[in-house]
Amino acid sequence: MEVTRRLVLGASGALAMPGLLRAQGTAPIRIGEINSYTAQPAFTLPYRNAMQLAVEETNARGGVLGRALELITRDDAGRPQDAVRLAGELVNDLKVDVLAGAYLSNVGLALGEYATQNKRLYIAGEPLTDAMVWERGNRYTFRLRPSTYMQASILAEEASKLPAKRWVTVSPNYEFGQSAVKWFRQLLSARRPDVQFVGEQWPALGRVDAGATVQALEGMRPDGILNVLFGTDLTNFVRQGNTRGLFERRTVVSLLTGEPEYLDPLGDEAPEGWIVTGYPGEAIDTPAHKAFAGAYRAKFNAKPMCGSLVGYSLINSIAAGIAKAGSVEVEKMVEGFRGARFDTPAGSAEYRAIDQQGTLGVYVGKTALRGNAGVMTDWRYIDGKDLLPSDEVVRGLRPAGAN
Amino acid sequence: MSSILPQLLTGLATASSLFLISAGLTIIFGVSRIVNFSHGSLMMLGAYIGWSILTRLPREPEWFALGVLATALATAIIGVVLEMAVLRRVYRSPELFQLLATFGVVLIIQDVTLLLWGPTELPLPRPRWLRGFVEVAGSRFPLYDLVLIAIGPLVLGLLWLALNRTRWGTLVRAATLDREMVAALGVDQRRLFTSVFALGAGLAGLGGALSLPNASANLGIDLSVIADAFVVVVVGGLGSLPGAFLASVLIGVLQAFGIVLVPKITLVLVFLVMAVVLVFRPNGLLGRPQTEAREATVAAPVVRPAPPALRLLGAVTLALAVAAPFIVGGYYLTVLTDACVAILFATSLHFMMGPGGMASFGHAAWFGIGAYAAGLLLHWAGAPMPLGLLAAPVAAGLVSGLFGLFVVRLSGVYLAMLTLAFAQIAWAVSFQWVEVTGGDNGLLGVWPPDWARDPRLYYWMALALSVGVALLLRRALYAPYGYALRAARDSTPRARAIGLDVEGLRMVALVIAGAACGLGGAIFAYGKGGVFPTYISIPHSVEALLMVLLGGLQTVAGPIVGALVYTGLADILVRSTDLWRLVLGAVIVVLVVAFPEGIAGAVRRLWLRGREA
Amino acid sequence: MSVLSVQGLGKSFGGVQAVSGVSFSVAPGEMLALIGPNGAGKSTLFNMVGGQLQPDAGSVTLGGATISGLGPRAVARQGVGRTFQITATFGSMTVRENVQMALLSHRREIWCFWRSVAERFGAEADALLAQVGLEAQAERATGVLAYGDLKRLELAVALGNAPRLLLMDEPTAGMAPAERVALMQLTRRLATERGIAVLFTEHDMDVVFDVADRILVLDRGALIAEGDGPAIRANPAVRAVYLGTDAGSH
Repeated sequence: MEVTRRLVLGASGALAMPGLLRAQGTAPIRIGEINSYTAQPAFTLPYRNAMQLAVEETNARGGVLGRALELITRDDAGRPQDAVRLAGELVNDLKVDVLAGAYLSNVGLALGEYATQNKRLYIAGEPLTDAMVWERGNRYTFRLRPSTYMQASILAEEASKLPAKRWVTVSPNYEFGQSAVKWFRQLLSARRPDVQFVGEQWPALGRVDAGATVQALEGMRPDGILNVLFGTDLTNFVRQGNTRGLFERRTVVSLLTGEPEYLDPLGDEAPEGWIVTGYPGEAIDTPAHKAFAGAYRAKFNAKPMCGSLVGYSLINSIAAGIAKAGSVEVEKMVEGFRGARFDTPAGSAEYRAIDQQGTLGVYVGKTALRGNAGVMTDWRYIDGKDLLPSDEVVRGLRPAGAN
Repeated sequence: MSSILPQLLTGLATASSLFLISAGLTIIFGVSRIVNFSHGSLMMLGAYIGWSILTRLPREPEWFALGVLATALATAIIGVVLEMAVLRRVYRSPELFQLLATFGVVLIIQDVTLLLWGPTELPLPRPRWLRGFVEVAGSRFPLYDLVLIAIGPLVLGLLWLALNRTRWGTLVRAATLDREMVAALGVDQRRLFTSVFALGAGLAGLGGALSLPNASANLGIDLSVIADAFVVVVVGGLGSLPGAFLASVLIGVLQAFGIVLVPKITLVLVFLVMAVVLVFRPNGLLGRPQTEAREATVAAPVVRPAPPALRLLGAVTLALAVAAPFIVGGYYLTVLTDACVAILFATSLHFMMGPGGMASFGHAAWFGIGAYAAGLLLHWAGAPMPLGLLAAPVAAGLVSGLFGLFVVRLSGVYLAMLTLAFAQIAWAVSFQWVEVTGGDNGLLGVWPPDWARDPRLYYWMALALSVGVALLLRRALYAPYGYALRAARDSTPRARAIGLDVEGLRMVALVIAGAACGLGGAIFAYGKGGVFPTYISIPHSVEALLMVLLGGLQTVAGPIVGALVYTGLADILVRSTDLWRLVLGAVIVVLVVAFPEGIAGAVRRLWLRGREA
Repeated sequence: MSVLSVQGLGKSFGGVQAVSGVSFSVAPGEMLALIGPNGAGKSTLFNMVGGQLQPDAGSVTLGGATISGLGPRAVARQGVGRTFQITATFGSMTVRENVQMALLSHRREIWCFWRSVAERFGAEADALLAQVGLEAQAERATGVLAYGDLKRLELAVALGNAPRLLLMDEPTAGMAPAERVALMQLTRRLATERGIAVLFTEHDMDVVFDVADRILVLDRGALIAEGDGPAIRANPAVRAVYLGTDAGSH
């Protein structure tokens, strides 16, 4: 029975524990992870690699509560409805102890709904939407990565230090883009009542008509531009913007553009001097990060991406939460994860008790060209706890029943 | 004011790109009547191959041109392979099976591309000359976009010459007008079709390579391009090259100015254009009416009541389904609940598509409208589940009725394309109108009330509703209404001549199909706890087609068989391999080639062998 | 009292006058043939009576009620049955079901979603099939019928509507000569028995002179002659424009 199950699981990327630990006679702690592996491979594959690395390292240290970690991954194909179905498989058939994963916000929210409905613990890694822990927050859902609000708030802070007064925004027309623009406008206007937002562009996600969009923005004669486009939209936008001179003598602040997932494909056209959130990667020289990046490179012969940082930290946070809970019983884990501190390559972080948001921080810096590739320069790391609104505000955002 | 000229030129550059991606599609359709879903995939291959070639060549313009042509040639060769390996075997199958085969190819190419080039997007590094610009009305305008503006008409001109000044072109035009005639003239159709497909594929490759200086080779090209190309081809008129050009210019320019005037609804705008054009010119701007003769000659087999053995099999299956919660574990219960929804999804599509003769590429629209009706009622009015389950079919039925008012006079591929357009509009609204629909985050917390929360109970409810509705649909198909609907499909003139209200029959079929599908959407929503725009996505619509065609269009049991087989197959594949798209695509292609009448149809044929003279 | 009355009917396409000032009537039980060289306007005239085309001028009345301007479906509802030059039957149904459809439509039972078709008007359908000699084929698919049988099926389907007027467009096209006469004599018999007025176009002059009570001759959109067989044969205008051009000497 065990053999067949392993064979089946092996095919879908499951990672079994080392034989040594099995001999101790304790069943492994199962983490069931769901992500958009086929729909978003560029982001999720480095993430999965790092999770596997973290599981191996944790198990080499003796696991958690004397038990090994076992990671089972599933592909949601980019569809929340599939994620919910697979969550059922992981929970009911494979008896996982913790649900984790999601890259897309809607998949994360759907899994959060599943978690609260079925009283299972769910740790979201990548999803950015604020709703994960605020409007749609619930007792059983924790989220690791800095949210849209946190990313927008640091950019608004940086933007407020600049002379630019006439701002325009360009953003993919869906929830992430809309909330990023909303927060940025709100937070920047609060700090700088003298700024004006003179126009906005809302290309459809993945289908930007870059020439026309750039031309329209140019026509608005802005001083500053907030960009929320990413991926292929960003590539097309930057190329047209470069040729048409949109970025010259203008301030650009840009969400996520410093992540190597988005910056690398721009190659020698990576913009210079944009203020971005992102991930400087191997340029980070703290001992913790060097160890992580070295181990990652040794195992996968590639540099860690932002997704790798999240995947690695996700497993560490789960291990720390379970250790603090001292049990894999769901309600105990919820209490244990609240306020659990864990180490990440970026620094120490915790799951806040107030809203179950992780305090993994944000790297903010400027883009520059080194050779034929874009990099982040002048970056600094801001702890996530400094990017979140006051406790009263958070309490007001989170449903009463979520605690 | 000064921005009008640059914006216009930008629109024209977009128009050229649109023309390049749609020209091949429309030529292929004109001759072979194949709606080639894999056209976007060919363009994606063009972009990747172009990237591989161009990054290895010197960066001067002449080398760029050479590399682009080499790419077009390479994709043309891939097109030949595709035509000979797959499409040639399905020319005799019903039109929609060819579509299905090409969708299988889409899935295969997705995974193959991922395996060959990796997941990261690959932009072509631009040499200096590709970054050049000229001053136009005080704005910088990219030199390359000027080149693109010229390439569109140039390609149109070359194609016109090829079609009007060569013997090959004469044959192609003749085949576009009348396929049988060309066959009767003793022309080697196979070679003609292969050459046309190679040309179409080559044009797709050309478009892919030429897109590189402004974009990148990435895995999202296929589906985004195919939606654009469909719109252009349909607006221009299927099979009409000048029509495609005109439509490209219309859409490109409209989009460029739409971005300035109504930046939030550009996506909807494009599909609205398509809808408006089709309502006023049902054959597109320059299209001709489709010859219906061919469809009429391929008579559907006589529908007869199920033999006792099949009824028994159905009863046994139903008994097993009712007993399932005592047999299988929690997860398989969810899969079975999904299968119940799939049955509604497929039988409702079959109702309008099989007996109704109205194919739909956008069936997920009704599914989504039903789901959103239930979700929005709950979200904004706190309506309980029974009300949601009632409201869903009502809402979906009403909207499909309204939709029917506009489209009921259309037929064939145009109708199917309009359903696609409508589904895309519905998707865009759900995705972009965040204040009301929650956008891609969806509507959450759509759970059944406590009494129905037990998965077993919910499954039984889903089973009762889906089997109940499926039986009602079946009943209607054997009743005078269903026969009349089929009569209108078999021969519209004859149906009218015996006094049948053809439009009315079709309208009601649309409403019934929409309502049944909407109910499925609501059941699905309560089962998953939420409503998301992915319910209305193109791949979801294609799933409905897959189920119906896999099962078989001409049997009443077909869609049910298809729904069960597809749900099971997809579930097993997704959980057992990361390469599930490759395997699923291959399975689809093999099934289409081997069983053009679908699974149930093939079984029926084997069953009837020797039983009927 | 005539069943069908056509007064001053006219139609032009883009300036070309296809039919102009045509008037005639058909009595119950009468077989009226409409002949004329190709391009004479027969199909246009036929389609205006059947509702497929709207006339520019004139009127069509059926039993005193105006039917011009109604669509083909409404015309059918008024009691006009028709057969098509290219046979049009319901290919996914059996022969009997084809006739049942006409009966169901005539009895306004189409909008029934519950009762099985199998239980409706089977006997009446069989009776109609027997009248056209197809009773043995009732269970067969229409797709496998011989061409002559298809024509007879069309006739049975048209009769299912209990028509007052039967429009037959080239009813014998594509049939063997012996079959032609048989089909039209069958029609003749049914028309007499049921008092149906029949208007038909026909190329085969043997058939025309054999079964038609009266013959209309159309040339370049206008009626040039009207009368029984011998009168038409003798008519010099007809001989000039029609029979004269026809190498055969009927």
